[in-house]
Amino acid sequence: MAPGLDPGSRAFPFTFREDKSMSDSYENDGKAHEQYITEVLAQYPEKFAKRRKKHLSVAKAVEAEPDAPVGEEGPLLTECDVKSNIKSIPGVMTIRGCAYAGSKGVVWGPVKDMVHISHGPVGCGQYSWSQRRNYYVGTTGIDAFGTMQITSDFQEKDIVFGGDKKLDKVIDEIEEMFPLNGGISVQSECPIGLIGDDIEAVSRRKGKEIGKTIVPVRCEGFRGVSQSLGHHIANDAIRDWVLDKSAEAEWEAGPYDVNIVGDYNIGGDAWASRRLLEEMGLRICGNWSGDATLAEMERAPKAKLNLIHCYRSMNYICRHMEEKYGVPWMEYNFFGPSQIAASLRKIAKHFGPEIEAKAEEVIAKYKPLVDGILEKYTPRLAGKKVMLYVGGLRPRHVMTAYEDLGMEIAGTGYEFAHNDDYQRTGHYAKPGTLIYDDVTGYELEKFVEKIRPDLVGSGIKEKYPVQKMGIPFRQMHSWDYSGPYHGYDGFAIFARDMDLAINNPVWDLFDAPWTDGGELLAAAE
Amino acid sequence: MAALRQIAFYGKGGIGKSTTSQNTLAALVEMGQKILIVGCDPKADSTRLILNAKAQDTVLHLAAEKGSVEDLELEDVLKIGYKGIKCVESGGPEPGVGCAGRGVITSINFLEENGAYDDVDYVSYDVLGDVVCGGFAMPIRENKAQEIYIVMSGEMMALYAANNISRGILKYANTGGVRLGGLICNERQTDRELDLAEALAKRINTKLIHFVPRDNIVQHAELRKQTVIQYAPDSKQADEYRQLATKIHENGGKGTIPTPITMEELEDMLLAFGIMKTDEQMIAELAAKEAARQAAVPA
Repeated sequence: MAPGLDPGSRAFPFTFREDKSMSDSYENDGKAHEQYITEVLAQYPEKFAKRRKKHLSVAKAVEAEPDAPVGEEGPLLTECDVKSNIKSIPGVMTIRGCAYAGSKGVVWGPVKDMVHISHGPVGCGQYSWSQRRNYYVGTTGIDAFGTMQITSDFQEKDIVFGGDKKLDKVIDEIEEMFPLNGGISVQSECPIGLIGDDIEAVSRRKGKEIGKTIVPVRCEGFRGVSQSLGHHIANDAIRDWVLDKSAEAEWEAGPYDVNIVGDYNIGGDAWASRRLLEEMGLRICGNWSGDATLAEMERAPKAKLNLIHCYRSMNYICRHMEEKYGVPWMEYNFFGPSQIAASLRKIAKHFGPEIEAKAEEVIAKYKPLVDGILEKYTPRLAGKKVMLYVGGLRPRHVMTAYEDLGMEIAGTGYEFAHNDDYQRTGHYAKPGTLIYDDVTGYELEKFVEKIRPDLVGSGIKEKYPVQKMGIPFRQMHSWDYSGPYHGYDGFAIFARDMDLAINNPVWDLFDAPWTDGGELLAAAE
Repeated sequence: MAALRQIAFYGKGGIGKSTTSQNTLAALVEMGQKILIVGCDPKADSTRLILNAKAQDTVLHLAAEKGSVEDLELEDVLKIGYKGIKCVESGGPEPGVGCAGRGVITSINFLEENGAYDDVDYVSYDVLGDVVCGGFAMPIRENKAQEIYIVMSGEMMALYAANNISRGILKYANTGGVRLGGLICNERQTDRELDLAEALAKRINTKLIHFVPRDNIVQHAELRKQTVIQYAPDSKQADEYRQLATKIHENGGKGTIPTPITMEELEDMLLAFGIMKTDEQMIAELAAKEAARQAAVPA
C-alpha cells in the first residue's frame, strides 16, 4: 500500500483500464513546437544552428491502428528520429557525462561485493561517490562496498613514473583491509590512458596472486562522446573478464531462471521489480548490476532469458550472451501499471501457460493497489503537462507511467542515446511531442519557458533553474532521493512524488513584483 | 650582470646534442660565463662530461623517493662540475612507462621556483630527440629558452628532425618569444654536407652557426667522461668548440622565427642535392643493373 493511500477508498470513475494507458488520446501542438525549434535556432550562429537542427524534432504521426498497444512490442506511433551520439560542442553546457561515469557510475559501481578502484587522481572517484543511490543488502566495508570510495589517488610521481606499481600496492591493501571482497575492478581515469599504464598485466598477475577476479576497465573519460561508450566498454569488460569464468560458476540451472539486466536498484528499483517476477514463478539468477554480486554475473549465461530494462547501457552484453551462450533477451518496462502488465504478460508468454496464469494472478493481485493510486492521484494530476530530459531508457519508459495518471508528455530527450533509442521512442511518443537530443542549456531553458509545462523531470543541474521559473521539478536520475519507481510498489511512490511536486502550495505563494500593479515595487523603492 | 640567457639544444636522437652542448658550454665557461645546465632527458646523460661522472641524482627520482618535488631541496639535485658549471638532471621513468614529458615540466617548474636560475648568465636545456609532446616542448614555451640551437647533420633523418623541431618553435614563437638561434652541423661526412646544411638553414629562415668537423678526439675525451676542452684544451677540436661558443655568445637576441617547410619541399631539396633519388631514377637504375646482369650471363 502506498504511503498516504486511504485503504477504504470510495467508488470513483478513475478505475484502471488494463490494456491501454489512461490517456492515449492526447496530441501535442506540433506546429507550436516546430515554431519553438525555429525560434531557438534563430539565436545561434548559422553554422551551429545547422548542426543543432538535426538534433531537434517534433514527433510525426504514422499510420497506426487507433487501439494499438503502446510499448516496444506495439507498432510505431510516431517517428522521432533525430541525429544522435555525436560530439557535443564545447560551451553549450551539455548535460552529458564521460566514459568513466558510464562504467564506474553506472555499470560496475553497483556490483556490491567488488571493490571498485577509481584508478587515477582523486577527483573522479570523489565527485562520483554514491551519486546514483544504488541500494544493496550487505555490511558496508565487510562484504559490500557500494557506498565506499576507493582511489589510487595519483600524484605527480605516479604520472611521471607510471602507476602500475601503485595499483599493485592498492590491490594488496584492499585484500588486506577487505578480505571478504569478491573481486576488484580497476576503473581507469583519463591519465591511465594518456601515460599508457598496463593495467591488464597488473590485473592478470595480481588476480592469480590473490586468487580473485580483477577486472581492468579502459573507461578513460576522454574516450567517446558521452557516458555511452563507457557502458559499452564496461560491457566488454564483463564479457572478457567475468563471463569467461561462467562454466565454473556454481549454479544449478532451473527452467524458470532469468536475469534482470540493466536495473541498477536506484532507491530500491530492482527489489520492486524482482518481487513481481518471483511472484509469477520465475527465479532471478542474477540482477545486473544493482545489488549484484560478482557470482551473479558469472553465472548469468546459465539463465533461460535475459530481461533487459536499460537497453542503452546493457544491450551489448545481452547480444553477446545470445550469440555465445544462446540466451535470448527481451526488453521490458516496469514504469506504470499499463506497461508493467504488458511486460509481465510478454515475459510470461516466453515460459508458457503456467507462468502466464500466474502473471494474470499477479496483475489481478495488484489491481486494487493500482486503482487506489489512480483514484487518489489522477484527479490531482490529470491533464498536467510534463517535459523530460534524462538518459538511458527513461525518456521513453516513464512516459506511460505519467500517462497512466492522466498526464501528458509535451517533450522528451536523451543525453546520450543512439539511433535505436529514438526509434524505440516512436513506440511511446504521441504526435507533436518535442524531441531534443543532447539538449544545450539554452535550448532546454527556452523550451521550458515556451511550453511552460506543469512538471519538468531531469537532473540536479536543471532542477534549480526550472524551479526559479516557477515550474515544479523532479530529478529523474536519482528519483530526487526517493524511490523506488519500478513495479507496482514504485508506481505508488512515483504518483505521490509527482503530486507532491506539482500540487505543492508553494507555487501559489509568490508573485513577481511586476505583475501586481506596482505596489510591491513602489514599496521597495 | 647581463640579462639571463636561456638557450636549448634540440636535435635528432644520437646526433651528438649532449656532446656538442657540453663542449660548447665548457668553452663558454672559459669565457667567464656562469652556467646552469638542465638535462631534460630521462637517460640523464646531459651533464656527464661536465661532472666527469655518470648520472647524478635526478630531480624526479629523488622527488619520487621523498614523496613529491615539494619535499626536495635545490642542493639535493644541483651539482657543480667543470669550472663551476652548475648541473641538474631532470631524469624520468624507465623506457616504456609513465610520462617523461610531464617529468620535464615538473622539474623545470621546481628549478624555477627554487631559485636555480639566480646568479647565472646562461641556462642551457638539453632535450631528448624530437619535440614529441607538450612536455618536451616545455623549454621552448613562454619565459624559458629564448634561442634554440638545433644540432643536425647531412643525414636525411637529421634534416627531417631539424625541420620538425623548427615547426615546434614556430608554434610558440608568437606567444612566448622563442627564436631559432641557428643550426649546428655535426659533421657525419655525408655528401655535400655543408651545402645541404646551409641550404636548409636558408630555407627555414635561419643560419648555420657552425660546422663542427668530425674528429676522433671527441671520442677519446668522451671515454674519459670529459669534454675536449678539458681533455685536450690545445687541440684543434677544442678551438672549434670555442669558435662555436663565441658565435652563440654573440648571437644573443639575433634569433629568427623559423619558416619550416613541408615534407614535399624537403624531399625536393634532397632531390636537388642528389641525396635522394626519384622513383623514376631508382627504377631506371634497377633496369640498368638488370640489363647489365642479363648481358653478363653468357648466351
